[in-house]
Parts: sequence; C-alpha cells; structure tokens
Amino acid sequence: MPDALPLLIALALPFAGAVAAGLLPTHARNAAAWLAGGVTLVGLAMVWAAYPTVSAGGVLRLTAGWMPSLGLDFSLRMDGFAWLFAGLVFGVGALVVVYARYYMAAEDPVPRFFAFLLAFMGAMAGVVLSGNLVQLAFFWELTSLFSFLLIGYWHHTAAARDGARMALTVTATGGLCLFAGVLILGHIVGSYELDAVLAAGDQIRAHPLYLAALVLILLGALTKSAQFPFHFWLPHAMAAPTPVSAYLHSATLVKAGIFLMARLWPVLAGTEAWFWIVGSAGLATLLLGAYIAIFQHDLKGLLAYSTISHLGLITLLLGLNSELAMVAAIFHVINHATFKASLFMAAGIIDHETGTRDIRRLSGLNRFMPFTARLALIAAGAMAGVPLLNGFLSKEMFFAEALSAKEPLPVFFDVLPVAAMVASAFSVAYSLRFIHGTFFGPDPVDLPHKPHEPPAWMRFPVEVLVLACIVIGILPAATVGPYLDMAARAALGAATPDYSLAVWHGFNLPLIMSMAAFAAGLILYRLLQSHLAKGIDGPPLIRSLEGRRMFERTMVFLSWRLARTAEGLLGTRRLQPQLRLVVTAAVLAGGWTVWTRGVGPGNLAPSGIDPVLALVWLLGAACALGAAWQAKFHRLAALILLGGTGLVVCVTFVWFSAPDLALTQLLVEVVTTILLLLGLRWLPKRMDSPGSRGSEAVTLTRRLRDLGIAAAAGAGMAGLAFGVMTRFPPELLARHFLELAYSEGGGTNVVNVILVDFRGFDTMGEIAVLGVVAMTAYALLRRFRPASDSVDVPEQQRDQSAFDASRPDRKDGDTVADWLFIPSLIARLLFPVILLVALFLLLRGHDLPGGGFAAGLTVAIAMILQYMFGGTQWVEARLRVLPMRWMGIGLLLAAGTGLGAWAAGRPFLTSYFAYSQIPVLGKIPVASALLFDIGVFALVVGATILILIALARQSLRGHRAAAPRPPEVPAVPEPVPTAVGDD
Amino acid sequence: MELILSLGIGVLTGSGVWLLLRPRTFQVIVGLSLLSYAVNLFIFSTGGLRTGAPPILEGGRAGTLAMHADPVPQALVLTAIVIGFATTALFLVVLLASRGLTGTDHVDGKEKGR
Repeated sequence: MPDALPLLIALALPFAGAVAAGLLPTHARNAAAWLAGGVTLVGLAMVWAAYPTVSAGGVLRLTAGWMPSLGLDFSLRMDGFAWLFAGLVFGVGALVVVYARYYMAAEDPVPRFFAFLLAFMGAMAGVVLSGNLVQLAFFWELTSLFSFLLIGYWHHTAAARDGARMALTVTATGGLCLFAGVLILGHIVGSYELDAVLAAGDQIRAHPLYLAALVLILLGALTKSAQFPFHFWLPHAMAAPTPVSAYLHSATLVKAGIFLMARLWPVLAGTEAWFWIVGSAGLATLLLGAYIAIFQHDLKGLLAYSTISHLGLITLLLGLNSELAMVAAIFHVINHATFKASLFMAAGIIDHETGTRDIRRLSGLNRFMPFTARLALIAAGAMAGVPLLNGFLSKEMFFAEALSAKEPLPVFFDVLPVAAMVASAFSVAYSLRFIHGTFFGPDPVDLPHKPHEPPAWMRFPVEVLVLACIVIGILPAATVGPYLDMAARAALGAATPDYSLAVWHGFNLPLIMSMAAFAAGLILYRLLQSHLAKGIDGPPLIRSLEGRRMFERTMVFLSWRLARTAEGLLGTRRLQPQLRLVVTAAVLAGGWTVWTRGVGPGNLAPSGIDPVLALVWLLGAACALGAAWQAKFHRLAALILLGGTGLVVCVTFVWFSAPDLALTQLLVEVVTTILLLLGLRWLPKRMDSPGSRGSEAVTLTRRLRDLGIAAAAGAGMAGLAFGVMTRFPPELLARHFLELAYSEGGGTNVVNVILVDFRGFDTMGEIAVLGVVAMTAYALLRRFRPASDSVDVPEQQRDQSAFDASRPDRKDGDTVADWLFIPSLIARLLFPVILLVALFLLLRGHDLPGGGFAAGLTVAIAMILQYMFGGTQWVEARLRVLPMRWMGIGLLLAAGTGLGAWAAGRPFLTSYFAYSQIPVLGKIPVASALLFDIGVFALVVGATILILIALARQSLRGHRAAAPRPPEVPAVPEPVPTAVGDD
Repeated sequence: MELILSLGIGVLTGSGVWLLLRPRTFQVIVGLSLLSYAVNLFIFSTGGLRTGAPPILEGGRAGTLAMHADPVPQALVLTAIVIGFATTALFLVVLLASRGLTGTDHVDGKEKGR
C-alpha cells in the first residue's frame, strides 16, 4: 500500500535519527540540531502528506506480519484523530527542536539530548499511529522509558535523577497495567486490532471482564496523564531541561493518556463505571492542580500544576459520557498544547536570561524583555481563558457541558458548574501570578544574570505558538475547524454531534460564568498577595498531602522494609536452611498434588518378590542408612558403604535388563570412590565431643525435624515410585526407537543408538558439560594449595622413611616402592589388557553393551591404577598424558561428525552407516555414529583423567609446601611437573 | 519386585535428604550421591521393570516392547550417571577449595556461632 508509506517513514525516521544523533561527537550541537530538525520536519511532511486521504474520512493502514502464530500483526493506522495527535507530536516537536538548540548550553552533551528527544518522538508517533493495541502498549512503555532518559538528562543533579525515577516508576507501572488491560480487551474481542476493538463496543461493555479491563486501562491512562492520585510525578519531572517540559507536558507524554482514553472512548465510555472513575479523577485533578498551582513559587512548578489541572479538565470532559464534551476535550487538547508549550518556553527563556525561575525573586522583567513579556501575557491569557484567545473557546464549551451534564446523580448538576467556576477562577489567579509576579512590579534585584531579550530564534517557536493562540481564538471555524471536525468524526464516527465553533454565542450562562470566574480570580489573587509575599512553600490547608512523600514512603516500604522483612523471613546466607526450604517445598508440592488429585496403586499387579533381590536390597538399604549414619565421624566407612549402595544399584540395573547402565554405573562407582578417597586426607579430623555445639536439646530438636523431613521425602519417593511402577508405562518413544534403531541407526544396542544417533545432540551437550566441569576442577586446583593434611604421616611410613634415610644407598620412597612392587607390576601388566578391554567396549558399543562412556571410564581407570601403584612421578616420567588434548580432540570429533552430515546435505548429526568386511575381525558395522562415539570416548578419558590427576597432584604439592617453606609465605606458583594440559 | 525397588528408592532418598541437611561438606557430598542413585533408579523404573529383556536387538530385526525393555529411560539414566559423576567431582573440588580457604569443612565456610 504505497500511500501508507508516509506512516512508516514518520514512525521509523525518528528512531533512525536518534541513532544517528547518538553517534555524533559530544559537542556537535549544531549538527545534532540540524539533524533533529530535519527529521522532525520530514515527519511533519509525512503527516501532512496523509492529510488528503484522512480529511476525506479515509484511514491509512499498513500491516506486516509480526507474530502470526499469536495472531499479532505489526500494524499502523491513521485516521483523522491519530492525524491530529501525530501533527501535534511533530509540529510542536519541530518548534521544540528549534527552541532547544538555543536553550541547551554548549557544554551539555547536546547530541545525546536530541537522540533521546527523537527516540521519544518516535515512541509517541508509535503510540498514536499503532493499529494494534499490543503494539500501542509497547510504544507506550517506550515513551515512559525515553521520558525517563529525557527527564534525567542532567543526571548529575539529584533532582533530575529522582524526578526521572519517579516518572518512570509511576508511568511504567501504569503501562504494565495498561498492557494487562489490553490483553483482557483482546481476549474479549478476539483481536488486538484497533479496528476490531472499536467495532466491538457493545460486546465489550456487556462483558463480565469489562470492569477489570476498564480499571487496568484507566490505570495506565491516568498515571500517564498525571491524574489524581498519580499526579505527583509531573511536578518533579520539571527537573528536566525546559524544552523537554515544553514537549512532554504540553503536547506529548501526558497527552498520551488523554489520547488513549479518547481513542477507546467509543468502546469503553458510556457506563457508570467510566463516569465515576474518569469523571471523579478528572474533577479532583482539575481542582487540586489549579489550587496548588497558585501557591507555586517556581515558574515551571506553577506551569506543572496548571498542566495537571488542565489535564484534569480534559479527563473530566471525557468522563462526562457526552459526545459534545468529547469534542470539547479534543479541542482543549489542541489549545492546551499551544498555550502551554509557549508558556513553558517563555519560562525557559526567563530562566535562561535571568538565571532563576523563582517568582519571589523575579519582578519587573517587562522593561528588560518586553517582547517576551507580551508573548507570555497572551499565552497566559489563553490559559486563563480570556476571550479572543483559544483557551476561552474550549473553556466555554466546558462550562456548557458542565451545565448540561446528564449523569447519574443529580447532585452533579449543582457541583459540576460550581467546580468548573472555582477551577476557572483558580486558573485566572495563577495566570495572573505568572504574569504579574514576573513581568510587573519594581526592577528585579540581585538576579544571577542581567536580564535581556533572548536570541530571535529562541523566541521564534513562542511567537508561532502564540500566533496560533490568537488566530484560533479569533477565527476558530476558519482555522482549526476542519481539523477538529476531522478528528472528532474519526474518534466518534456517526455519533459526532453538531457543535458550533464561534467566538460569540450570545449573552448566555457560560459567558456569565466566565465573567464571574474572572472577577473571582482577580479578587482571589488580590487577597492572596500578602500570603504569597511571605514566600511560604506549599499550598495552605493541604500542605501535608504530598504525593511525593507517599510515593517515597511506598518505595521505601517496597524496596527496603518489605524486602528486608521477606529476606529475614525467607532468606539466609546459610546453606542448610536453604536446602531445608527446597526439600520441604518439594515434599509439600508433591504432597499437595497427591492430596488434591488423589493417588493409588496403578493398574498393573505387582510382580512377585524375588528373595535374592530382596536380600540384595536389604544390603543396599543397610549400606545407605549406614552411610548416612557414619558420614560425619567415619568418612572412610561411609565411603565404603556408599560404594556398597552403588553396587546394589548396579546389580539392580543388571537384574532389570539394563546392561549398559550396570556397566557405566560400575565404572563410575570405581572412579568416584577413588576421587573421594583422594579428597579425604584434606578434611579436618572430627571428634565426637558432646555439648560442644551448644544445647543438646536444640541439637536434638533440629535433628528430629530433619529426620522428619527426610522420612517424609523418602516415604513420598517410595510411594511415587511404587505408583509409577505399577502403571503401564507409556510406549510412544520406546516403540519408535526400538523399531528404527537398526533400520535407521544401524545398531542393535538401542540405548547406544539413542545416545549417539537419535539424541546425539543431547549427548554432545552432555560431553561439553563434562569437559567444562573437568576444566573448572582443574582451574580451581591449579593455583590452589590444599589445607594441611588432617592426619599425620602414618607410623609405618615414618619408619620406612627413617630406614631410607639411614641407608646411604637408598632414597626416600624406595621402601614404599618395594612394598608396592608386586601390585605395581600387576598394574603395569594389566595396563595394555585394560586398554584392549576399553577398545573392545568402544567398538562393540553400537551393537552390544559398551560404548564411548564406558570405554572412556575404563581407560581412566587403567591410568589411575598406574598412578596409584607407580606413584605420580614414576608415571609422569614415562607417560605423557595430555588430558586437555584428549578433550579437545573428543569435542572436535563429535562436532565434526555432526558437521560431516552437512557436507552430505543432511541435517546436523545425521548418521550414516554401512557394513564392511575387515580381515580377521570379520564383518563389522561402520557407522558415522562410531566416530561420534569415539569423540565421546576421548572426551570422557580426558575429562576423567584431568580431574583425577589434578587431585592427585595436590598431595605432591602439599608435601612440597610443607617441607622447606614457612607457611605464611604466599604461594609462588611453582612449575608444574610435565604439565597437565598446560600445553 | 516393584515393592522392593520402591522401598529401596525410598530409603536411598531418605538417607540422601538427611545427609543433605547436615552441616559438613562430606555429608552433603555423600547425600547427593545417594540422592542421585535414588533419582536414577526412579527414572529408570518409569520404563517398567523387565527381567531378561535388554534393549539389544537380535539379528537386525526391528524390536518391539514385548521383547525388549524400554530403552528411553535407560538412555536418560546413562546420561544422568555420567553427569552425576561430573557434579560429584566438581563438588569435591569445591569442597577441598573451601576447606583450604576457610579452614573448615562446614557448608557455610564458617563454624556456627563464629
């Protein structure tokens, strides 16, 4: 759809510009400004290019697949309403860029500012142009994010950081609520497309989830638009550079909430819930904001609260459930954007040229900057609602709506007009304060700078906006009329009411109310003079009602007190409570499932009890209990018992048709036991000394509790296992693998075929893990000096050493070698035999029990036997084992086998096999899976040996460290003999 | 058979959990080993207990569940055994490092109350 191209450009260009601006040098102020200005003007031109279609009532659409599986499209949509907001975003944006060029100081990193500004502009364009609600929520959060960056632009000041964080916390939380609400809305409608949602108004309002969706969406909109009780973030956002305030708080960020409420007005409004929530939030904000604004001493603070108040006015109009009020709301959005942006800019000029924004210090600036004073006067007049300026028109419409509100409670007939008049009087008062306090009175004294007119181009945006205020105010129908009409028709559709955009409607009630409000405002300002002159901070009566303090208290509660309490209750740095918690949670989770779902023995009758197996398991259980009993004081005994349990497990595997498992378990058992034996010597000696750990009663209680947990876990597992075993096992995968193992994998050992072929990728991951573990162990031990041996050198060994020392022809260790002569000879002779067995296991693995894992462990055992009987030095003098190289080759081989399949045009790790006739050996299968298995084998060899040798080396190191060197000398890394994998 | 094995799994789990909750590193490492036996056996048992029917095909014929035990849990457990070995090794090394650095074999690296 070529005519929708402008939409894409308008959306994408600001982001691209943001990246480009971010890449500029830090002080490229002019380049960044030109870039930002160019991007914004192109965006504006794109919006303008869409005008012909949109003004004819057409809708521009652009859809591209995004997440089709979720039914989500990336979709842009522009109708008259979105056009109006897009025009504000880019139009005010262009003026703000010009203004910012002159406002920002040369020493600020201006390109960063423009980068954020452009990105924010893009996010805003995304919000108003989204044709999809999820996408809208996404851009919504982006606006929160970039407004955070913009508000915190001067991040060296605490106020900017706090203000930015507060704005982000409030608006992003609201954004999350909005997202949840949008999801509910999409659930109700069945689509997230805006067109579909807008067409389903009745369905939405009648749905039971309507209220939930409404509240969540409104939470998003009201936080964004700074509506009571979420208004407090906006004044603190004034720590931002003034161009940011002028942009964010007149035309864009805060208007996003208004945009959303108006956009969804046709589907969400019209109910009492909408009226009460939106209407009362708007009313409260209108009055509160206006009241507080009067008492602000900071120019920007005054404007901030006045913004809050005007947003409240718009929200209130939206809440009235009347089409005419809706038109008035849209109209006021335009008007507020023009006069508020110009006022912010004027405040920025004053700040820029005088060095302060404090009304108490400013006075009489009319004489120093007469032109700026006139402009500010007109804009403030529009804010107060002076006739012939645009603010007057929308205020009149508001009064008319307030008088004719036809809503639930009759009390509103009386309250609403009065409230409207009061708020209007307040706005007159604060507008007077802004102008009178700043520009009139005696000459200012003691200002940081000598005030003067700003550069002409800095004033230019203000002039444009003020001109708009006047022109719209005098000739509304001829200037803004068509655009307003277009926006209203797009938002309201066929329900658009007739309204009249004219300056003079006759001498009617709204006009009288207007006059009365003016008089009241003047009188109020006069009466407040003495109070304001005192310069007290904060508004009277409600000084303690400070949103900021509540926010901070909440944040402190959430992020500090609650977190601390939760940490105190649930967290610990000690391992035991953590493990206890984990185990208990697991037991409870299992128990809860059983409790709710029920469980019983399965549909299979248990097979009969074989007495042999029963005896074996009697032994196994005894070993396990014994290990648990002895692990504290008799580690060696516990280790032996652990091995016993392992053997029982091994027997069980054999018993129940799992030869591969039995083989692997047996080998692993051997290696693990050696490993733990190697480690035992560095553990401290433990003596049973009753009472040394505090009260016996406490200890006993703790143990009983742990025993209870352990018993519960054990009973649960037993029950679970029994339940599982007595059910008919699912056969889905099993059948598949059994059928295809030979025809597709070329092996008869199905377990091995699964490991090296069907699930080869998993196995590759697994050997990688093994390699990582081995290297971690090696790295941990490499520069590490273990604790001193917990036991003295045994008497026997001391005697032997003494004997060696007394004979000149013997050296230390000879006697031990003599003693171990026969075992070491046997081990040496066995070495090739074991290697042959390993080779046998490796080669037959594809068809019979065996395989790379088993073979690798076997080789490792052969190696470790040599270490045990021959001694580390003896072995390493004769045999260079390079475990790292084994591991590397293994991984490469496994991965290479997988990649080889690519060369043949097949997916990764597809195996190939054939049978080949080899002399002597006969017909053996040659499958590519064998290569893979050799890779596994090599890695297992390398990893196991690396760990074992690294541990065995520690004993050498321990001796050497103990012998000549005083212990407090820090460990100088000594040359490692022959280097385990250091190559 | 099922009864024996499930009771065995229960005892292994109970002993393992008990040791897991103890304060000394060696106890924890033994406990973890016991627990991994139990878990391996449990996973293995999900395929059903079969005697004399290893998943080794004869003469290159496609196998059926009637003739062979379920190979899938076996493949899973084979992997688990090797990984269990790796974690035991790693834990042992960490244990030794901790003992060397802190001078104690308490799981928290310091004796209670100190």
